[in-house]
Amino acid sequence: MMIYPAIHYTMGGLWVDYELQTTIPGLFAAGEANFSDHGANRLGASALMQGLVDGYFVLPYTMQNYLADQIYVGKISADTREFDEAEKAVRSRINRLLGSQTSRLRFVADGTSANQSVDHFHKQLGKIMWEYCGMARNTESLTKAKQLVTELEDEFWENVYIPGTANEMNPELEKACRLEDYFELARLIIDDAMHREESCGGHFRTEHQTEDSETLRDDEHFMYVAAWEYHGHGQPETMEKEPLVYEHIQIANRNYK
Amino acid sequence: MNFTLHIWRQENARAKGHFETYPIDGISPDCSFLEMLDILNEHLINDRIAHPVCFDNDCREGICGMCGLYINGRPHGNDDGVTTCQLHMRKFRDGDEIWIEPWRAKPFPVIRDLIVDRSAFDKIIQAGGYISTTTGGVPDANMIPIPKHAADMAMDAASCIGCGACVAACKNASAMLFVGAKVSHLALLPQGRVEAADRVRKMVCKMDELGFGNCTNTYACEAECPKLIKRQNISRLNRQWIGALFGRDRRE
Ligand code: SF4
Ligand code: FES
Repeated sequence: MMIYPAIHYTMGGLWVDYELQTTIPGLFAAGEANFSDHGANRLGASALMQGLVDGYFVLPYTMQNYLADQIYVGKISADTREFDEAEKAVRSRINRLLGSQTSRLRFVADGTSANQSVDHFHKQLGKIMWEYCGMARNTESLTKAKQLVTELEDEFWENVYIPGTANEMNPELEKACRLEDYFELARLIIDDAMHREESCGGHFRTEHQTEDSETLRDDEHFMYVAAWEYHGHGQPETMEKEPLVYEHIQIANRNYK
Repeated sequence: MNFTLHIWRQENARAKGHFETYPIDGISPDCSFLEMLDILNEHLINDRIAHPVCFDNDCREGICGMCGLYINGRPHGNDDGVTTCQLHMRKFRDGDEIWIEPWRAKPFPVIRDLIVDRSAFDKIIQAGGYISTTTGGVPDANMIPIPKHAADMAMDAASCIGCGACVAACKNASAMLFVGAKVSHLALLPQGRVEAADRVRKMVCKMDELGFGNCTNTYACEAECPKLIKRQNISRLNRQWIGALFGRDRRE
């Protein structure tokens, strides 16, 4: 059996408070979906433990705090400005994706179609992230990754081919919507990796290593969780630092040797 | 490897479905069944042949229960104890004709092509497949001793992934193996014991209401279950049901 290291997790997740509630009231994120507990290194079994801890010990005691008030909340009407806006935004996003479908069909006739399936772009994106923002990364590779992702996204909007319409079950359209998010997420992951000038947990910056190739942390400058705040599509995210304060343990370096 | 695929195409629940034939070649024996369908879809899209074949999938590692397909007349294909996503093309012979159909059962209407609506299972779970009793703080591990054989049986029952193959395999479209597994998993453990009688009543009534048939002891379900759930769970379901009818263990 051939064995080689591969990326398993991105380690990060949604920011949550101590009650595991996200910045959206009523939306809780438990287990692997949130950022807490395991920090920069969260592999297989520890993610499983987090699922158990969050589900068994935390949520049953915290979600009630939110639910207790909900008893007084009546049925929410869909006839509000917020609903209309959200619906409009989703529709325009879908229309943009299905976009120039008619102009695309032109390509078919002359047999020179440059259009590609959603999967094609998804795989390209994965390849870029794997090559340049993978387990070992550095300023150079990350800069390259950022550029390639931007180029690929432009090409995606230009050339993606989504068969079918919006008013039927259409898994290709669904995939395209997800992929649009992945582009955004990929860029954020790259930005975050670029920002963190140290090697920590699953994040290995080749510029920061010891003589015998072990990770080199910079606790003086980077002992914090970087929580990125979303400001809407296409807007740069801003970072909030959550300092890591250890009262009962002494932090040390992990060494597998 | 080369195959000839006969795939059930159906635009929506009301449309009339039919088989469509697609040849496919150059498939690696290490390719999974769903990867082969991905490759087919890529080809259907890129060459503008047809709308890609819709099929359900999620984890692709045999744990979520989304991916059920009827392959050559067997739910999840011709390998034992695996889901469709874990079935590999090496289990077929080069040049094989493969017939691919959705689950066929009245409570599982086709949504499109190979995707069926399995929300009937969710409704059965919602009817009672949970523990609602709040018992205070989480007890320390090993505070409540549980006999090993009970823990093992509960664990086996809990491995049901709700895929629906048992229903699809059954000539009566019975969901007894699924419901039996869920009822057993909870009733075998002390936390689930409290509501056991009530639970079995609610879940069985819901199952009947949704149009699932009854068990006539053929056990096609057991033969096709990808998680090898045992038919003893159906017997336990029946015992629990009879017990509940006579008010044994009834606590409301
Ligand atoms: S009992 Fe087996 S076949 Fe039926 S839903 Fe559960 S895992 Fe699937
Ligand atoms: S895709 Fe999850 S069990 Fe097959």
